[in-house]
Amino acid sequence: MIALQYILDAINIGGLYAMMALGIGLIFGIMRLINFAHGEVVMAGGYAIGLLATLPGPLVIVLSLAFIIALALLIEQTAFRPLRGQDPASLLVASFAVSYFLQNLTVMIFGARPLPFTFAPVLAETIEVAGLRLPLLQFVSLGLMIIALAGVAALLKRTALGIQLRAAAEDVVTARLSGVKVNRVIAFAFVMSAVLAWIVSLIYSAQIGQLSPAMGVRPLIIGFVATILGGLGSLPGAALGGFVVGAISVLLDAVLPADLRPFREAFLFGLVFVILVVRPDGLLRVRAMQERV
Amino acid sequence: MARYLSPKAASLVLAVLLIVAVAVVTLVCSQLSGGSQRVATDAMIKLTIVVGMYMFAGNSGVLSFGHISFLGLGAYSAAWLTISPSIKASLMPGLPAWLIALELHPAAGTVAGGLLASAVALLFGLPLTRLAGIAASIGTFALLVIFYATFSNWTPVTGGQGSLYGLPTFTNLPIAAGVASLTILAAALYQASAAGFRLRGSREDPIAARAVGIDIRRERLIAFVISAFFVGMAGALYAHFLTVVVAGEFYLKLTFITVAMLVIGGMRSLTGAVVGTAFVTLFSELLRQTERGFDLGFVVVGGRLGLQEVGLSAAMLLALIFRPRGITGGRELGGLGTSR
Repeated sequence: MIALQYILDAINIGGLYAMMALGIGLIFGIMRLINFAHGEVVMAGGYAIGLLATLPGPLVIVLSLAFIIALALLIEQTAFRPLRGQDPASLLVASFAVSYFLQNLTVMIFGARPLPFTFAPVLAETIEVAGLRLPLLQFVSLGLMIIALAGVAALLKRTALGIQLRAAAEDVVTARLSGVKVNRVIAFAFVMSAVLAWIVSLIYSAQIGQLSPAMGVRPLIIGFVATILGGLGSLPGAALGGFVVGAISVLLDAVLPADLRPFREAFLFGLVFVILVVRPDGLLRVRAMQERV
Repeated sequence: MARYLSPKAASLVLAVLLIVAVAVVTLVCSQLSGGSQRVATDAMIKLTIVVGMYMFAGNSGVLSFGHISFLGLGAYSAAWLTISPSIKASLMPGLPAWLIALELHPAAGTVAGGLLASAVALLFGLPLTRLAGIAASIGTFALLVIFYATFSNWTPVTGGQGSLYGLPTFTNLPIAAGVASLTILAAALYQASAAGFRLRGSREDPIAARAVGIDIRRERLIAFVISAFFVGMAGALYAHFLTVVVAGEFYLKLTFITVAMLVIGGMRSLTGAVVGTAFVTLFSELLRQTERGFDLGFVVVGGRLGLQEVGLSAAMLLALIFRPRGITGGRELGGLGTSR
């Protein structure tokens, strides 16, 4: 029974990280941009849902989703588009700046103190399944994750825009020469990553029960680990990496003695370090990422 | 005039000019109020950090997000070496007995902080320098997270989430300015040295550099270790400036500010590192005054918490978009230097 609980935890946490990693990976694949600001998109989603919580549920969902998509597109247009084609380090610094900007803008508007998150309190109720007491949130998040991951896969494999996106991620120049409208494809990637971020906002805010300006940093950092683990530039790798990191962190929680548990993050990033050094291409190697001479 | 000087001489002239600028600022600020002097001291410590970071990042072209860990290492070594044994025994019971009994002069602690940071840089640099480009930057970021998690959780040794107090006051404006000048001199000498040229060659074209027999890993490692030394010393000075050490200081915020200084000024020149630090310091000071709110006579403009950071990040974005090579465009003062 305890083992089953751990497995469920691992899938749930892993799914959250997988969505984070996909959100980062989608943008990286096409722009070679490691988007630090993705965590702040998640944070903004949490605030949007939390502040609209008094409205009827469906309206909250539609409005907050629209807000997040608009925000992601705004970030892309104002900050990242002018820098497109610069070296990855400048892009990384730019996203760092955007992240810092949004975090502190939130401090300016709502203050630094955490606000309570009260949307859909029903999620916190527990239900008993086969002797396990599980919060409803776990089922909702599991359902949302499956829909989201299947949705992203379907969009990328089956729609024209998705296929163009994968082509552009492989080789932007050739894709453009073959008539792919890169701006549209990049906007599409940002919309998808925003939707994924929105789902993370909903689940993560409900989990921690509060909103704070820096709440996006932790999921971002762990999503980062997952993206690198899976191999930067590989989308299946990012999803896989998410689940592997979920499994590892649940395992660390179960195995590590209590006084070492706070060091979990250090262990996770130690792992990143080791992977980068031993296998810089990640678990799944991507041909398009190798440097050509 | 610059073209008649050898690279070494040009670099030395550059260092002297920059150090004169530092000295003038120090002299002027030492006549001002205590508050302004603290701002200037803080800026001199940041200058040491940024020039230290520049030695690695500027010459190798690999941006580092991990140097604030070296700052933390320097600060903690200052705490381990200079806090009086009785306070140490209660704050950091996990330290070995000989270390608890030790109480060094802050100057010795500062050098020790630099040496510890260098040793750690060597240890982590050996694997880290295998990485290229974006992977290397992420590797340095991993370093930052690992050290932050360690500083904030290894309670018996670092005080964990609490703060370590009882450090002697040591850092004042002349000392901070002196160390900053020393760092500028070291950076100028390094970039005019053969090793510095080899590293910059690898920055411009790694494949060509390898083809002429440059061992890029070795050159990067040398720069990484040297730069960690100066950032580590800055960490000890910072600890003796604040007289407390808190883990939260050595994480994203300070990383952001120092990277902003380096990038806004122009990451690829020593002048850029100095100009960037000066610019960001003045700009944040201006924003800080605004943040407090000010009285326009007929109306009081309310300050907003977070304004300083918002303004700084906006400035950084604008710099990246409109001057991607920074204010100096990667050139040295008066063309005195070889890197363009």
